Amino acid sequence: MAPVSMAQAINAALADALADDDRVVVFGEDVGALGGVFRVTDGLTAKFGEDRCFDTPLAESGIVGMAVGMAMNGMRPVVEMQFDAFAYPAFEQIASHVAKMRNRTRGALPLPMVIRVPYAGGIGGVEHHCDSSEGYYAHTPGLTVVTPATVADAYGLLREAIASPDPVVFMEPKKLYWAKEEVTLPARTAPFGRAEVRRTGTDATLVAYGPAVPVAMEAAAEAVAEGWDLEVVDLRTIVPFDDDTVMASVARTGRAVVVAEAQGFAGVASEIAARISERCFHVLEAPVRRVTGFDVPYPPPKLEHHHLPGVERVLDTVATLQWEDR
Amino acid sequence: MTTRSGIDLLPTSRPLQLLDKRGRRAPKTRGGGLAMPDDETLLAAYRALVVGRRFDRQATNLVKQGRLAVYPSSHGQEASEVGAVLALRPTDWLFPTYRDSVALVTRGIDPVEVLTLLRGDWHSGYDPVAHRTAPQCTPLATQAPHAVGFAHAARLKGEDTVALAFLGDGATSEGDFHEALNFAAVFRAPVVFFVQNNQYAISVPLARQTAAPSLAHKAVGYGMPGVGVDGNDVAAVIAAVAQAADRARSGGGPTLIEAHTYRMDAHTNADDATRYRTDEEVAAWRDRDPVDRITAHLRGAGLLDDARVGAVAAEAERVAADLRERLPEQTPPDPAELFAHVYSSPTPQLREQADLLRAELAEEV
Repeated sequence: MAPVSMAQAINAALADALADDDRVVVFGEDVGALGGVFRVTDGLTAKFGEDRCFDTPLAESGIVGMAVGMAMNGMRPVVEMQFDAFAYPAFEQIASHVAKMRNRTRGALPLPMVIRVPYAGGIGGVEHHCDSSEGYYAHTPGLTVVTPATVADAYGLLREAIASPDPVVFMEPKKLYWAKEEVTLPARTAPFGRAEVRRTGTDATLVAYGPAVPVAMEAAAEAVAEGWDLEVVDLRTIVPFDDDTVMASVARTGRAVVVAEAQGFAGVASEIAARISERCFHVLEAPVRRVTGFDVPYPPPKLEHHHLPGVERVLDTVATLQWEDR
Repeated sequence: MTTRSGIDLLPTSRPLQLLDKRGRRAPKTRGGGLAMPDDETLLAAYRALVVGRRFDRQATNLVKQGRLAVYPSSHGQEASEVGAVLALRPTDWLFPTYRDSVALVTRGIDPVEVLTLLRGDWHSGYDPVAHRTAPQCTPLATQAPHAVGFAHAARLKGEDTVALAFLGDGATSEGDFHEALNFAAVFRAPVVFFVQNNQYAISVPLARQTAAPSLAHKAVGYGMPGVGVDGNDVAAVIAAVAQAADRARSGGGPTLIEAHTYRMDAHTNADDATRYRTDEEVAAWRDRDPVDRITAHLRGAGLLDDARVGAVAAEAERVAADLRERLPEQTPPDPAELFAHVYSSPTPQLREQADLLRAELAEEV
């Protein structure tokens, strides 16, 4: 096995999908000759030709709207939004058509398409390049919302996204693009709707997804020194949400902290905390806590480390989980 | 590929016309080289105009009777609605808006299914694939990029399908209008952008939408031909759309057509048009009525007699009566359908919610 980065795994998933299925097309801004600003589509135009991987005019609503039409006509478009905040012009297409076309037509016009969104911070990006926008999509019925935290999942989940009969918003944690793992591609991973226990533990559950998973793993490793044995659950898909795995974990540990990079108010972390409180109330030893970004516009690079939920803040929160009752 | 100069992309200074408002042949210079459709096509158009108008009147009455939630009428625009559809092949695709019900009836979609949306039973009532007609689109101009994608996919698949996007004058101010036209031109997608300029976006007149010389002029900025056509002249509409569709089909790229017409009714039953336009203006447009025009032409040409007029009128009445009769019989949707089509298979959470609703409904019985 050779070390593979998440960006390389996504590139391989795109290449393999293009090779396996003539209906797959990849397009967006700078995805052709340049290979994307993160080089995720590197070499695809050269290998598969201009009809299969191509640059578009610079217009995100047009890109997503065009993908809708292509999906209506039997193709499987995979489009790239260059950065999280640059996807906002496409929001009307996503909320009003991508998410609703199947329902509107009682299944007559499904939209098998993937919208790839490099998202979240931690890379020193300037304004509009670091938003955690998953909450907008997760709040929109009809969208499948996926976010890998491992290299293997980046490959496996993207292949499943492209094969899915439903539209998928594929959120790529851009600070993990260069994270490498020893994996053999093609990697096979668990299907949509299945969360993974990345680390087993007995004292508390850290629930995380995307860029917060490595933070949760590091916190769990450091917690050993404090005498806490923490379990880490990686959601993998926000929608569909795996209540079973999350609740089973919290039922075992009796304590839960949700870790997410996005601002906390009315977000995915809040939904998870509410679901745990509703379903695990009688086994909880302490209130469910959230560790999230502040409710501020994404900070400038020199301040982002204050905003991002780090290991310290996670452990400080774990410390509040009423251990005195143990 | 030759580079177009821009000048040859410009629309004519006056909208193209084949029949003047009295149904006489317009001077050749007004036709801009458009070919007069054959007699059979004009008779089919006459029939579709009469039936379409009767449908439109019936739907408006159904709202007044409380049997439809709302109906955006296209009364006065029937020549545009009918002409755009008749100019295409059955294999071509339409991307209509909420105001294009008459176009859908012309396409052969069951009028009851056309009105499913407005009756409030579901968001769309017809099979889009069987009729090659996308669901009627409510958010303005957002269907235009779909037409571009659909058409581009057809080209990639080696099919000669053309996509026609219906739009209104107000929609030309939307960002998606710009993005769709630009994409279509860059990809040379086989699309016809068919703008019905009915002069008002609800209450706001065209002068508040644009300072362009005409909407068709906008085409030049994208590098595609812009065509202005008299939208109350069904012969000219058919000819202009057919010409644009032929060009698209043969790889010549998209066309922007602006059909100059007028919405005789208010925006919907909830609107009061007297607050923003004058009786004189409405009367001037009534004098340019599209049905009267084609009727006068066909009678003058000896193609239409009283018997045929009577037969078409009777058919239109049958369509209206059938609509009145069958509309209430449409089966009310099953509440379980709320959860059935959100995803290809419901999420565990949706299954829970479906169970909850089922239990609530069981208790009510």
